[in-house]
Amino acid sequence: MAKKLMKGNEAIGEAAICAGALNYFAYPITPQSEVAEYLCWRLPEVGGTFVQAESEVAVGNMLFGAAASGKRVFTTSSSPGISLMQEAISYIAGAQLPVVFVNIMRGGPGLGGILPAQSDYFQAVKAGGHGDYHLIVLAPSSVQEAVDLMILAFDLADKYRNPVMLIGDGMIGQMMEAVEFPEEHRKPNDPTGSDWALTGAKNRKARITKSLFLDPVMLEENSFLLAEKYKTIKKNEIRFEKYKVTDKNRILIMAYGTMARICQTAIDELEQEGISVGLFRPVSLYPFPEQDIFTESTRKNIEKVLVVEMSVGQMIEDIERCLKGQREIDFYGRTGGIVPTPNEVKDKVRQMLGIKK
Amino acid sequence: MTGQIEVVFAGFGGQGVMTAGQLLAYTAMDEGKQVAWIPSYGPEMRGGTANCTVVVSEHRIGSPIINNPGAACVFNRPSLDKFGELIRPGGLLLINSSLIDVKSGRDDVTELLVPVNDIAIRAGNPKAANMVMLAAFVAMTDIVSFDALEKMFREKLGSKKKELLEVNLKAFAEGRMLAEKEKAGGKA
Amino acid sequence: MAYQANTVFTRPASLSETITHYCPGCTHGIIHRLVAESLDELGLRERAVGVAPVGCSVLIYNYFNCDFLEAPHGRAPALATGFKRIRPDMIVFTYQGDGDLASIGMGEIVHAANRGEKFTTIFVNNAIYGMTGGQMAPTTMPGQRTTTSPAGRDVDLAGYPIRMAELLSTLRTPAYVARTSVHTPMHAVQAKQAIKKAFRLQKENRCFSLVEVLSTCPTNWGIAPSDATRWLAENMLPYYPLGVFKDPEREEATS
Ligand SMILES: Cc1ncc(C[n+]2csc(CCOP(=O)(O)OP(=O)(O)O)c2C)c(N)n1
Ligand code: SF4
Repeated sequence: MAKKLMKGNEAIGEAAICAGALNYFAYPITPQSEVAEYLCWRLPEVGGTFVQAESEVAVGNMLFGAAASGKRVFTTSSSPGISLMQEAISYIAGAQLPVVFVNIMRGGPGLGGILPAQSDYFQAVKAGGHGDYHLIVLAPSSVQEAVDLMILAFDLADKYRNPVMLIGDGMIGQMMEAVEFPEEHRKPNDPTGSDWALTGAKNRKARITKSLFLDPVMLEENSFLLAEKYKTIKKNEIRFEKYKVTDKNRILIMAYGTMARICQTAIDELEQEGISVGLFRPVSLYPFPEQDIFTESTRKNIEKVLVVEMSVGQMIEDIERCLKGQREIDFYGRTGGIVPTPNEVKDKVRQMLGIKK
Repeated sequence: MTGQIEVVFAGFGGQGVMTAGQLLAYTAMDEGKQVAWIPSYGPEMRGGTANCTVVVSEHRIGSPIINNPGAACVFNRPSLDKFGELIRPGGLLLINSSLIDVKSGRDDVTELLVPVNDIAIRAGNPKAANMVMLAAFVAMTDIVSFDALEKMFREKLGSKKKELLEVNLKAFAEGRMLAEKEKAGGKA
Repeated sequence: MAYQANTVFTRPASLSETITHYCPGCTHGIIHRLVAESLDELGLRERAVGVAPVGCSVLIYNYFNCDFLEAPHGRAPALATGFKRIRPDMIVFTYQGDGDLASIGMGEIVHAANRGEKFTTIFVNNAIYGMTGGQMAPTTMPGQRTTTSPAGRDVDLAGYPIRMAELLSTLRTPAYVARTSVHTPMHAVQAKQAIKKAFRLQKENRCFSLVEVLSTCPTNWGIAPSDATRWLAENMLPYYPLGVFKDPEREEATS
């Protein structure tokens, strides 16, 4: 299929349609309102459902209800809106329903700002709502990857009957890049044969979609069941990318999303100065590539590890956990909508190595 | 072109800087190049200034945040003040001399004054100033071929009134001519 | 003959000198002024606390010269409730757009009104989401084009515009509820009377008060400011009738 130049926000909407997900519920919020502005006319064209809800609280619960039908459903929002969905996300995880959430992150806390940030990492990967649960979290670093991961997100959500969250910063949503969509659109899934969707109790026992277990034994059982599921997810769904990782690297940078691309440019330019630096980019933030991060960071040539984020330091806590004190870890972050530039990353690397410019 | 070129289009909201950048990005993509179009978004839009950066590359594009772009097309004074000093040494600066009566003061970049508003008015459509600028930029850099750009132009903007398209193409041709003269070394 | 210079027009003390960020022709600024004049005239500025919404008027605290709280989107009436209950001696008001009040904040405003919280709400109805770029609001007119209803609001899918003043006036709890407009100077004068009365009732510790003000958004309606006031008169006025829907003073007179 021919390449199209598209804004990340619109491409994400189109990707969902490719994945056969034609049911979208949303509430406007910058910097991702273009998704709704695109899907409000595009979904009707393909026979889909578009609902502008009265709030993100309603969106979360519309998704809860819609997902129980067994059809593919999704929403997109940005940080404050995602916060309002946390209650529903907890219920959806507890009831084991497949829903795809997209968070085009802006700076917080509170109303914060509308420019790009990565400060919702904790909320996404540590379960932002109450209870023992996890989301599968994917972080694209280009518009094309946003499309690819969006399609994957629906497959993973269905496969594990678990909510999946795609997180990108405002830049991923606003930037236009060339994208290619799969030739063929998936057909919307048919829940008829499903062993969990609510399709009407004809010729079968009635089904209940719920998360209430008043008997502690049963609640524990459900939580253990979820925990088992997360173990399987950890085994199967780790994704990452390495860039210029060689046995010459003195420093290994850890970054995800747009931040990783900025680090790539810094790495290319440092290479010209004769400073060898590699990049490890987690693509799945949950499950986190723990083992690979440990292996790559503790190679003999790696003197130090640098974590770069558009936040004051969130993913770094997971990196620390992975490295178990085996390497010195340094951090560089900007936030509030200020994005670290390649020059700032280069300066940080030089400073870590004691190299004068 | 070789390697990577980054260009900023900057001006007041309504001067068509975003569209100019998008047209360039579409054309470069059609020519098989890697492209990224990065808008400024945020509170500053209310204040009336807008800019976008277009990155065109033969390789996978790294950072969409550009410290020092290779080129800038500035449509108003605040944009000149902001981006004039950011351009890489050896870079290119196109100044809308219809609205800006100063230069950047830099001697390490190529500067070209293009009275884009005047040219657009003369051609018959004051709103085509962005097209004059784009044509001049492409003529200076050969970043994409003119045929491809014109094709894209007809495709994206030609669906409206036919007379308008002709007028816009005239503006377009004038921008190109001015830049090509400059490139050939002779001042018009 | 000596001329005596009389000051006939000044900036209300309740407004600061900051230039607003509102678009040309937006009537948010006029409504700010009416609120400020009311605070001035009733001598309330020094004990007033405003609660800002999330919407174009989120920066209202920059334009007023009194204390302010910034609420999450739609939650201003809950913040106002909390504050007013702790400090009933202070004058508390929320200033909210239609997305803020009638969509995401519908629960908060209905329950605050129903509990009879003794604060004042200024509800600015411009039939659209201004700040986020012109999406459909619950108050968007049938057939009105917005960025999320490009073919016009379809009442089969989105229902009809919500008339907040009428809706709130069905509550049994005593309150003052009025709808006004600011699209002509005469309407602005009337709006001022309603706003001032709302604050007076709060000052007298009487009841919850809400003044809905029809307002323009030329930017997202996509028309010139002069056309915007005409559009308001032609399209919004017939659907959103002006008037007082609930008035404790009238109730007393008739009971
Ligand atoms: C939880 C949450 N959801 C969405 C938003 C984005 N948002 C900001 S303002 C706004 C609506 C503004 O419209 P309105 O209340 O009508 O006020 P106006 O801008 O028209 O004055 C929205 C949806 C937000 N800030 N927080
Ligand atoms: S967008 Fe609309 S409501 Fe907001 S300031 Fe502009 S005119 Fe006023």
